[in-house]
Amino acid sequence: MPNFEHPEYPEATLLHLESMVPCRESQVSSLLSIFGERQHFSFPSIFIYGHTSCGKTYVMQTLLETLELPHVFVNCVECFTSRLLLEEILTQLQSLSSEKKHGSHVPCDTFNDFVRLFKQEIITQDLQNQTVYIVLDKAEQLREMEANVLPGFLRLQEMTDRNVTVIFLSEIVWELFRPNTGCLEPFTLYFSDYSIGNLQKILSHYHPPEYSADFYAAYINILLGVFYTVCRDLKELRHLAALNFTKYCEPVVRGEANERDTRRLWKNIESHLKKAMQTVYLREISSSQWERIQKDDGEPGHLKGLSAHAHVELPYYSKFLLIAAYLASYNPARTDKRFFLKHHGKIKKTNFLKKHEKTSNHLLGPKPFPLDRLLAILYSIVDNKVAPTANIFSQITSLVTLQLLTLVGHDDQLDGPKYKCTVSLDFIRAIAR
Amino acid sequence: TTTLTDYFSQGKNDSEDSGLRFATCQLLWKQINSETEKIQEELNKQLFDNLIHFLRQSHSELQTKKTEWMCRMKSSEIPTAALVLGVNVTDHDMTFKSLSEVLQDNVTPYVVSLQAKECPGIKHLLQKLMGQLMDCNVDVDSSEEEECVNISQKKIRCSMASLSKWYESVTKKTDSETPSKKRTSSSRHWQSPPIVVIFKDMESFTTKVLQDFIVISSQHIREFPLVLIFGIATSPMIIHRLLPHSVSSLLCIELFQSLSCKEHLATVIDKLLLTTQFPFKLSEKVLQVLINIFLYHDFSVQNFIKGFQLSIVEHFYSQPLSVLCCQLLEAKKRVNSLSHNQCENIRSLPSFRRYVESQVSEKQIALLTEDSFLKEVTQTLLEDLHIYHENYFTVLRCLHVFTTSLPKYPLGKQIRELHCACLGKSVWETEEYESAIQLLRMLAKDELVAILQKCAEIFISSSGKQFSNTVEKLEEFLARFQNLEETSEVQDVSVSSQKELQKTTDLYHLQKTLLALKESKRSKKLTKFEMLRFEVVDFIDSLVRSYLAPAEMQTLNEVVYFNTANTLREHLNAAPRIALHTALNNPYCYLKNQTLKSDVGCISNTAPDICIVYKLHLECGRLINLVDWLEAFSTVVTAVEGTDPDAVATDQVDEIIHARFIRAVSELELLGFIKPSKQKTDHVARLTWGGC
Repeated sequence: MPNFEHPEYPEATLLHLESMVPCRESQVSSLLSIFGERQHFSFPSIFIYGHTSCGKTYVMQTLLETLELPHVFVNCVECFTSRLLLEEILTQLQSLSSEKKHGSHVPCDTFNDFVRLFKQEIITQDLQNQTVYIVLDKAEQLREMEANVLPGFLRLQEMTDRNVTVIFLSEIVWELFRPNTGCLEPFTLYFSDYSIGNLQKILSHYHPPEYSADFYAAYINILLGVFYTVCRDLKELRHLAALNFTKYCEPVVRGEANERDTRRLWKNIESHLKKAMQTVYLREISSSQWERIQKDDGEPGHLKGLSAHAHVELPYYSKFLLIAAYLASYNPARTDKRFFLKHHGKIKKTNFLKKHEKTSNHLLGPKPFPLDRLLAILYSIVDNKVAPTANIFSQITSLVTLQLLTLVGHDDQLDGPKYKCTVSLDFIRAIAR
Repeated sequence: TTTLTDYFSQGKNDSEDSGLRFATCQLLWKQINSETEKIQEELNKQLFDNLIHFLRQSHSELQTKKTEWMCRMKSSEIPTAALVLGVNVTDHDMTFKSLSEVLQDNVTPYVVSLQAKECPGIKHLLQKLMGQLMDCNVDVDSSEEEECVNISQKKIRCSMASLSKWYESVTKKTDSETPSKKRTSSSRHWQSPPIVVIFKDMESFTTKVLQDFIVISSQHIREFPLVLIFGIATSPMIIHRLLPHSVSSLLCIELFQSLSCKEHLATVIDKLLLTTQFPFKLSEKVLQVLINIFLYHDFSVQNFIKGFQLSIVEHFYSQPLSVLCCQLLEAKKRVNSLSHNQCENIRSLPSFRRYVESQVSEKQIALLTEDSFLKEVTQTLLEDLHIYHENYFTVLRCLHVFTTSLPKYPLGKQIRELHCACLGKSVWETEEYESAIQLLRMLAKDELVAILQKCAEIFISSSGKQFSNTVEKLEEFLARFQNLEETSEVQDVSVSSQKELQKTTDLYHLQKTLLALKESKRSKKLTKFEMLRFEVVDFIDSLVRSYLAPAEMQTLNEVVYFNTANTLREHLNAAPRIALHTALNNPYCYLKNQTLKSDVGCISNTAPDICIVYKLHLECGRLINLVDWLEAFSTVVTAVEGTDPDAVATDQVDEIIHARFIRAVSELELLGFIKPSKQKTDHVARLTWGGC
């Protein structure tokens, strides 16, 4: 008994579709009813949103391909200018019905051109009596293009007077999109996150051919137990599952346990997965390195992650410059006299004020300071005399290029440039040692 | 180069052998340069080999995944090498240049290097990328050249799709090539060579550009094998700072670390300075300046070598006798053809004068009057100098072996520190040397033996023949240590037998013997080992005293040693603020006009207007009242010109003086000393502090 019912398509196709999109049945069936029959006009635009890897792209692609609907699929990150985007749509449209894989290049500069060319193309491709779907993946990029692109796509049906539906896929809500002018509200559809049960079902769906489905499902169960709290990204979980599966199978391969001996298998894999969470998942160690470790059956302890190499060696004066910058960023200027002058006045007892500062300064983040203050502090913290040589100034600039300091304000500001120190307290501690 | 030689001959020290000096200088620099390149290559070899291995592996993994299931389940990550190169950014260019050459030779023709400033947006990045790729295409096959030109003339659509199309066409083309061609290409590159993209300065790239590029290319990774190399100056943490997890999870990052710049410098010093291969030498102060710039300012080995080059040029330019700064045989030949003027130059060298004074009077006269005799002596002196160097470096290395084994390194951990200590003054007179010797006298036996063996190796491998005695002596020491071991075992046996005897005696006797033992310990004679240790240390001390004499004491050292550290410092570690201050405060320093010579405190009215204005402004606080300033200025200026009391009395400032003042003030503003202030009307703010 198929979940989806639609007079247009044969039951076999629908059944196949259902097997392809586990846990997204309700969304697919509502999409199906929105699409209607081939020749029906649909909504001018549909806006689908949901978290990373909750199946938006996958569902759309499977749906359109299985039902063999004429469609164009574009990634807006890849087509980073409106020109590229429009041309890509036209090129894909060209190759819809014709056999050749790549359509010839169509120059298209403005949206006006696009509308004209689009109309032409629909006629040449003989698509007048079917709905053409244009899917714009990662649609949030559209906001950064010209102001007319997003409203244009929203009203494409109206402007071209053709049977076309534009589908936006995005990770953010429609409210953040809504353009000021020319907006036509799209039909919005929300893809909810997969629940743990959904993830279990989807991940176990594709089990390796050598092992039984139950065995793999048990493995996925353990995997989710470890990773579900930190990661719900399906792609990532699938990747991790593939990476660690060989380790899970080890006892079975060696004949120490059979496939149903879950307890032993769990004991074998659990600590391993936890280690993976601290290393591979954070990309401290690359997946290929992880695989190599597994193969050699070595301890990952000897392989240091990226964060282990946090120490940066700096020239003598660069160190002092950075320390001075840190002090200037986190100490208010009025305390400089107290800290850096030999004959400062008596320290006033401002307990209340001090307490207030202590809590705030590191939470507030670095404050900008002028170059002069940096140099003044530098002169007072370095023991011997420092000449303000060209090298010192170029060191400040190179600290900026190394992203240890940042220049506040314009790059070309010559008089009184201001800087901020962007390194953490731990980093400064390591340097000051 | 004719202009260069002209410049050389126009030098202040007339034209003494200037052509020859220039040629020698050029030749020497060429040799040194090729040597530095060789060093660089050797040092990078390990790193590059690792990288090539990584590229090879990442590539093969992409093509042959173990099982189809694995292949489908695993997300396809972009293989990425994080290359940590250290903060010496100026050296990186060299490394990247040779890296891409090595990669192009061994791995793939498609190597692209990108710099952050060329890629402010993803569009520019792709443009740059495609431009460079199309160019490499030309390199790989000349027959394609025409096509390529066509492509680049057409407006290329900068998208990843067209890039993957291009890659497909290129690889297809190489497949269908004639077999002979194919063989040649596959011998160096693989069938479908990866595209290597090098991000030279990872830190400077904007987050968005990197993210977009990685996201886009990860979608095409199955179509063409892309490999990224991140050049990182600080720490690999920057990857996590620049890229969010969703993007960094698309990468398969492996870490590679280059040799630290300090080790690099140590090798360079070892191969360029601590050798007799090159006749040119640096004096202690010059070396100190170069090392200080390295350690305190930039960590750049390239700059160190540039500084070394500058000292070579400066030496050959300013020292007429540097014509003798070449290989010994050649130098001896050149001595014969020295002109009379050059002979006089030799006579006026301080070290030579010292030498003359130490001679008997007849010889003194001969040296000062007869050129031919002088030349003869000069030849032997040059030879002595050469031998001195040979001995010096060998003994220095030997001493270094000793001092590195000491706790707290009283004479420095690096050989360069030891070298500096020995170059400057007689090292044996310093306190550090004293304490080092004290510590050496406390070395354990096995340590001492190991050190002695190392020393013997150094002496044997040295070219000098005069060390055969020393080697013998060292071997004798070693043999005696060996003997000591055997005899001490015997002693141990006797002691234990004694103990057994003691056991049998009564309490009273026991007490007595114990007291006796205590007594003997207090006035204990040195054991044989200790005696031998003293002997060894004394021997080393004598070596140091005879061979590590400071270079300044050597006769004719001025010929090969460059020692004007000041010039070097001025050029390499310039202080623009101080120069500006001197120019404004004491214009005589630069203008050399006698009328400008003045006392420090007072303000001369003959000085340029800007100097007067500058000096006056030094006396002000943070805000300067323009009216007061103008008045002070006109007082100073009129003090000369007029001594006209009427003009002052009228309290009216002359228009010309007013104009001069305005001009001077705006010049000061241009130089960045003051800026207009909005806090108070008619005031300007000072941007510097200090002064008076």
